[in-house]
Amino acid sequence: MFRYILRRLAWSIPTLLLVTFLVYLALRIGTDPVQSYRRVNPRASRAKIQQYIDVNGLDPNFVKGYFTWLKNFLTGEWPPSIKGRREVWPALKDAMANTLRLGSAATVVGIVIGLFAGVLAALRPGGRRDVFINTSAFVGISVPPFISAILLQLLFAVYWQKWFGASLFPTSGVYPAGHTGFDLFLMLKFMALPTLVVAIQIIATYSRYMRSSLLDVLNSDYMRTARSKGISERRVLIKHGMRNALIPVVTIAALDVGSIVGGLIITENIFSYPGMGLYFLKSFGEGDFPLLMPWMVVIVASVLFFNLIADISYAWLDPRIRLE
Amino acid sequence: MSEKILEIRNLHVTFETPSGPLEAVRGVDLDVSAGELLGVVGESGSGKSVTFLATMGLLPTRAKVTGSVLLAGEQLIGASPKQLRSVRGRLLSMIFQDPLSALNPVHRIGNQIAEMLQSHQALTNREAQTRAVELLDIVGIPQPTDRSQQFPHEFSGGMRQRVVIAIAIANNPKVLIADEPTTALDVTVQAQILEVIERVQERFGTAVVLITHDLGVIARVADRVNVMYAGRNVEQGTIDSLFDHPSHPYTRGLLASLPRPGMQRLKPITGFPPNMLNPPKGCAFHTRCEYAAEVCKLDLPELQTFGDLQTACVRAKELPRAEVLS
Repeated sequence: MFRYILRRLAWSIPTLLLVTFLVYLALRIGTDPVQSYRRVNPRASRAKIQQYIDVNGLDPNFVKGYFTWLKNFLTGEWPPSIKGRREVWPALKDAMANTLRLGSAATVVGIVIGLFAGVLAALRPGGRRDVFINTSAFVGISVPPFISAILLQLLFAVYWQKWFGASLFPTSGVYPAGHTGFDLFLMLKFMALPTLVVAIQIIATYSRYMRSSLLDVLNSDYMRTARSKGISERRVLIKHGMRNALIPVVTIAALDVGSIVGGLIITENIFSYPGMGLYFLKSFGEGDFPLLMPWMVVIVASVLFFNLIADISYAWLDPRIRLE
Repeated sequence: MSEKILEIRNLHVTFETPSGPLEAVRGVDLDVSAGELLGVVGESGSGKSVTFLATMGLLPTRAKVTGSVLLAGEQLIGASPKQLRSVRGRLLSMIFQDPLSALNPVHRIGNQIAEMLQSHQALTNREAQTRAVELLDIVGIPQPTDRSQQFPHEFSGGMRQRVVIAIAIANNPKVLIADEPTTALDVTVQAQILEVIERVQERFGTAVVLITHDLGVIARVADRVNVMYAGRNVEQGTIDSLFDHPSHPYTRGLLASLPRPGMQRLKPITGFPPNMLNPPKGCAFHTRCEYAAEVCKLDLPELQTFGDLQTACVRAKELPRAEVLS
């Protein structure tokens, strides 16, 4: 197992190189980084432009340029953003922290409730409870986040204010304007609505996963063997049922977490939540190459990493899978 | 005759289906004596498995079960789930048809046996593991200590069935129900599994109910036989009397359809088993019976003693004596 993990980690290095090269190509071809720089700095001197080209690895030769970019990236000499000449790392770090906070809150809430609902649905398939959970799940899956976000903002902010005089949850940002320092309660209040929007999607999909996975397991012969031992129904369900039903769900969850790091673009935009999604939208809109490349590296690395986590958890949960 | 350990009386099992109620078991009477090996034979859908799943209390809740099942004097039909749990695995246990899917793939073999032990005996984990290894040895698994730490997928089909048997006999039950234990296995492995079952029966004095559709298996190991058709018991008796001079036309048909040396071609029973959603009136076999008469279409025939056998056929006395099959 340990050797497998080492080998996978070793393999992820060429993968990262290849994917970042493709991303580099796409950005060079899709946006024109030099043109973006000229647009923001119309009076930049020839020397300034050449310096920008050099530090960012924007040589006309793509391969040569890529390796220049790679060298600067690895040695920590990250060029500043085009707009405002800000340092990239602090901005990226803040965006990552905000998204991880929102993403993990939504994932924990969503998966816990989703799995619970899925189990309840699977225990009496076709029953009233099952129909209710299924219907809700389909509604949750069908309503896109930009609809549910606006509905929630209307309810908890606009109408709440109309009815009770003050809105219950704020609709944008992480803290009120001008706030400095850390305040957990305030932060949770600001996170509530975006978390809910993301969690609804997760609850809906995971209740479906869990329901079908548990139904498969409940009909299997080893559940009958377990019952024939005379052990309690709860033990049958948890030790034999859930243990097996969770195998595919955990694997999917690990993959999903990997994509959430870059995937809350819509929700973050609606709530002006300064995470990875908003970071991407802004820097992409401005063609800000120095901001975009590190973002891409983070996304690729997180997808690779959580793929590895998914494989490891699969092998850890299912003895039939051996990682060689 | 030794003491009766399991007495089934007038057992009915009905499933609600979208096309109406389906009565899979229609009044079965059946006894198992302590320590005997009873064969239960019948074709698919004859209700043989359902009868014993009902006895174990393992049918889905949508199945309606009525009648009486006495296990060592204890009534199981209508018993509380708790009472049933205390019986299951302790006095009564079951081996299933498909050993490939009967074991939980994610738990070690030793733990699956230990779970059975600890559900009815106050054993520490270590004691249970030691006992599990002994049980693996009893059912003929080599290197039981190492094997107990392995997972089901590391075992062959026959070896898995031995593990299932080890689980079933862990608490030394009074009755062991073997539901087609050899059907899913290779012929050579079948013989070995039957030997394990016989050895358990002799060594521990366990009564065994062997459910099968294979008369060859029955002839090899059973003391008594019970023939089921369309959810009814149609004939029962000792192995010798039933094989030598079967009375019920269905039993005769079954025996006649067995391949024997010198036989030119098999003689099958014509027609198909009845649709249990709408079984024929009277004797369910009359639609396929070469001796059927008007009287057969009137009432469900009850078991009547006829020589050494009990036969549910109103015409049993009038029928020509069956040719001795050998």
